[in-house]
Amino acid sequence: MKNKLTLKQALNKLKNNELSLDDFYADVKKSIADQNEKLNVYLTLDDNALEKAKAAKNTPLMGVPIALKDNYCTKNLRTTASSTILDDFIPTFESTVSKNLKKAGGVVIGKTNMDAWAHGSSTETSQYGRTLNPRNIDYLPGGSSGGSAAAVAANMCIASLGTETAGSIRQPAAWCGVVGLKPTYGRCSRYGIIAMCSSTDSPGPITKTVEDAAILLNYIAGHDLLESTTANLEVPDFTKAIDKDIKGLKIGYLYKDLKGLEEITKIFAEQVKVFEKLGATVEVVDAMNPKHGVSIYTIVQRGEVSSNLGRYDGIRYGKDRSFFGDEAKRRIMLGTYTLSKGYADQYYNTAQKVRTLYIKDYERLFKTYDVLVAPTSPGFAKKIGATEGQAMFGELEDLLLEASSLSGLPGISIPCYKDNETNLYLGMNIIAPMYREDLVLQVADAFEKATKWNSWRN
Amino acid sequence: MNTDNKNKNKYSLVCGLEIHAELKTKSKMFCGCKNDPFGAEKPNIYTCPTCLGMPGGSPVANKKAIEWTIKVGLALGCKINLFSKFDRKNYFYPDLPKAYQISQYDLPFCYDGVVETSFGPVGITRIHLEEDTGKLLHKKIDGKQVSLIDFNRSSVPLMEIVTEPDIHSPEQAKEYAKEIRKILKYLDVADCDMDQGGMRLEANTSLRSEGQKELPKYKVEVKNINSFKFMEQAIEYEIDRQTEILDKGEIPAQETRGWNSIKSITFSQRTKEDSEDYRYFPDPDLPPIRYSRESIETMRAELPELPAQKSERWNTEYGVEKRYSKQLISHEIFSNLLEESFKICQLENIEPNKLASTIVNKNIIISHETIASKIVDEFKKLSQTDEVSDDEIISAIKEVILQNNDAVIKFKSGDTKVIGFFIGQTMRKLGKKINNRKLGELLINELKK
Repeated sequence: MKNKLTLKQALNKLKNNELSLDDFYADVKKSIADQNEKLNVYLTLDDNALEKAKAAKNTPLMGVPIALKDNYCTKNLRTTASSTILDDFIPTFESTVSKNLKKAGGVVIGKTNMDAWAHGSSTETSQYGRTLNPRNIDYLPGGSSGGSAAAVAANMCIASLGTETAGSIRQPAAWCGVVGLKPTYGRCSRYGIIAMCSSTDSPGPITKTVEDAAILLNYIAGHDLLESTTANLEVPDFTKAIDKDIKGLKIGYLYKDLKGLEEITKIFAEQVKVFEKLGATVEVVDAMNPKHGVSIYTIVQRGEVSSNLGRYDGIRYGKDRSFFGDEAKRRIMLGTYTLSKGYADQYYNTAQKVRTLYIKDYERLFKTYDVLVAPTSPGFAKKIGATEGQAMFGELEDLLLEASSLSGLPGISIPCYKDNETNLYLGMNIIAPMYREDLVLQVADAFEKATKWNSWRN
Repeated sequence: MNTDNKNKNKYSLVCGLEIHAELKTKSKMFCGCKNDPFGAEKPNIYTCPTCLGMPGGSPVANKKAIEWTIKVGLALGCKINLFSKFDRKNYFYPDLPKAYQISQYDLPFCYDGVVETSFGPVGITRIHLEEDTGKLLHKKIDGKQVSLIDFNRSSVPLMEIVTEPDIHSPEQAKEYAKEIRKILKYLDVADCDMDQGGMRLEANTSLRSEGQKELPKYKVEVKNINSFKFMEQAIEYEIDRQTEILDKGEIPAQETRGWNSIKSITFSQRTKEDSEDYRYFPDPDLPPIRYSRESIETMRAELPELPAQKSERWNTEYGVEKRYSKQLISHEIFSNLLEESFKICQLENIEPNKLASTIVNKNIIISHETIASKIVDEFKKLSQTDEVSDDEIISAIKEVILQNNDAVIKFKSGDTKVIGFFIGQTMRKLGKKINNRKLGELLINELKK
C-alpha cells in the first residue's frame, strides 16, 4: 500500500525508480475512494492530479500527492473555507504557499474539510458536515485543520498543509496522532489564504513524521513581496535539524501543575523523561497562566474576524449573509461589539497589551531554556457532538497553545502517547524562540526516534 | 435665500476644510496595480485579488506614497510621526470590496502644520494616507436600471489634509484650497484634477456670535465638492442657511450635507443620530511604519523651494511682482527655467518683471523644450521699437480715428479699454513697432481733441 509511505520514503523510492506514479496514485486514490464517504475528509478533489504529478518529474517533490486545507486559494480549484457562502467560489489566483509547493513539485490532490472559516477546533462547524477521526470514528479529529490531519492519519495523502491561528494545526495533529508544525508567524506567506485572524494566521505542514515536516517547510517558507508580514529572512535547510542529538539542550516543562491537567500530566511527565535519557536537561518552569491567553485570543480573534468577514456582504460571492453558520455569526457579533466606539479600549486595545506581557514572559523563559514543552491539548480527542452548546469549545481545547500562538512562536505537536483501548493519541507541543523552527524540529525528531508513538515508524 | 448684510455681520464663520487628493504614484497604495483610473480604457482592467478585496488578498504599503505624504507634511510645516500605522475603517458600501478602508486613525504621518493665507494662517491638524474606493456607475442597460462597479480606482493612494477651524470666510477657504492645490502640483505628487475627482473638498462649517471665543456646539459638514467655486458657494449658502436658523433662536442640526451644483444648494444627507461607528483598529496585515529622525531630515533637505517662498524671493532678487510670480510658479521645472531667464535679463539690463508680465500676458509661449536664452531673445524681439517720427504716428492715428467712429464714441463715453484696440490698429497701419507708452499718450491727445 503505497499510500502508507512517508514523504521521505516516497521521495526515495521515486528517486530510485522503485515506485511508479501510476501505482502510487492508484493506491492513494483507492484509499480516498474507500474512506472519504465515511470520514468526510475531502470537499473537492483534483481529477487531474496524476497528470500534474507526471509533469513534476524533475522537481524536488517529484509529484507527491499533498492535501490542502480548503482555505488556501487554489487557481481553478474550488475553495470554500467550509462555508456555503463560497460554495461555488473558484479562485482566479493561487496562494503563495501552495504556489511554492507546486513549484517544488508537490501536487494538490484535494481540498480538505475544516471548521467553517477556521472557526473552531473540531470540524463540527463545517457547513459540509464534520470529519471523523480516522483513529476512532466515534471521535472528532480536532480542528480547524481537522480534514488535513485526518487525511494524513488515514493515509489519504502523503502529507498535507493546514493553517493555525491558535492550535488549528497542532491540536488536530495531536488528536489524530500525526505531526503538526506551526511555523513562526511571518515565516510562511498568508497571501491567498482566506483570512481569519490576520495577526496570528500561520500556514504550516501536517505530516507523518518530523522529517517530513522539515522537508515541506523547506519549500513553502520564505519572504513574499505580496505579503507585508512575512519575514525577509533566508530560509535555512530545515532537514539539517534531523538526526541531530540533543545533548546539553535545556528544556523547560510548562504547565506541570496546571489545574485540570492532572490526568494527562501523569502520562506526560513520564514521557518528558525521554529527553533526559537523550542527554538534555528538563526543568519544570513557571509561566504566565495560559488562561489569560483564552481571553485575549477570543477578543483579538473575534475583532479581526468581524472585519475580515465583512466582505461576504452578498454583493460579490453570490450568497448573502444568511449563509453564515451560527459560529461565524457569534464571532462576527462579538467582534463587532468589542471593536465598537467606547469598547475598543476596554477590549481590543487591552488585549493587545496583555499579549505583549506573554511575549515578554516567553522572552524571559527563552533566556534560560532552548525549548519549552507541554501537552498540546488538555486531553484526548473528544467524542463527536461534543461541541453542541459549547460556544467556547475551541478556546478551551486550545488553552495550552493560544499564548504561544499570540506570541508568534513556532511550535510542533508530535504523538507522545497512545491509549490502547480507544486507539487515541496525546500530543506533545514543543515551542522555541521566533524563527527557531530548527530547534523545534531537532527536539521533536529526537523524541520521535527514541519512542514508539509514531505509527509510521513501527 | 437672501439675507441682508446686517444679519451676516451678527455671526462669524468657523470653518475647517478636509481635502482629499489622489497621489500620482505609478502603482496603487496597497498592491502593484497601475494607478491610472482616469486613463484606463476599460473598467476593471487595473485590478488584482488585493484591490478587488478577494479572500486572501493582502496589502503591501506603497513606500513612495508614504514618502510623498511626509514631503507634503514637511512643506506645510507639519511635525512627522516617527512611528505610524495603518488602521481599518470598517463600513459597508458596494464600492468598498473588503468592507473596510485602510486608513490612518490615531497616528497620521503628519500633524500640526500651517498654511499662510492673506486672511491669516490656517492650522493643519493632520495629514494622513488612505486608499480610495471603487467607483459606482448607475446606468440603464437593456431598459434595466443597474449599478456597476469599476475597481480601477480601488486602492489608489488618497491623501487627506485636515485643517483647524481657522477659516473665517468663503474667500479664505478658496485661497487656502488653491494654495494646497498649488503646493501638491508643485511637489509633483498629485494632479489634483477636480473634474475627475482627483481632488475633493469638504467644508466643516458653523457660525458663532461676533466676539464669541468658544467653538459653536454644532458642525455642518458639506461633502464631496469638486470645484473651488462650488466650495465658495456652498459655504456662502451655509452661512445664509445657518444664520436664518440661529436668528430663530434655534441651533442648526449636526449633520452631513451634500452640494447640489445645479440648484446651488446644500441638502441633508446624514444626521448625527445615524452617524457610523467605524470600529477602527490597527490593520493586522500591515506592520507599523518607523522613520528615523535623520531620514526625515534628509527628506526635508530634499524639499524644493515652495511657491510662496519662491514668489517672495523673486520679488527681492529680481523685482518680479507677486501678481505675476503667483501665476508663473506652477511647476518646479518651469520655475527653474524662468529663474534662469531672469538671471540672463539681469546680465543684459532688462527688467525681469517686464519679462514676467510678457509671459503672463501670453505674448511668449513656453514649452518644456524651451531654453532660457531663447525666452529672453523672444522677449527682446517683442520689445524692439522702430524709429518713427511723431508726425508720422499722428497722421496714422488720425486715419484710424476716422475709420473707427464707433470706438471713438465708446472712448468718449468713458470706455478706456478701447485704447488697446486703437494701439493695435495704429501699429498695423504703420507696419512698425513703437513704444507702447509713447503711442498711448499721442493717441489720448488725439482722441480728446
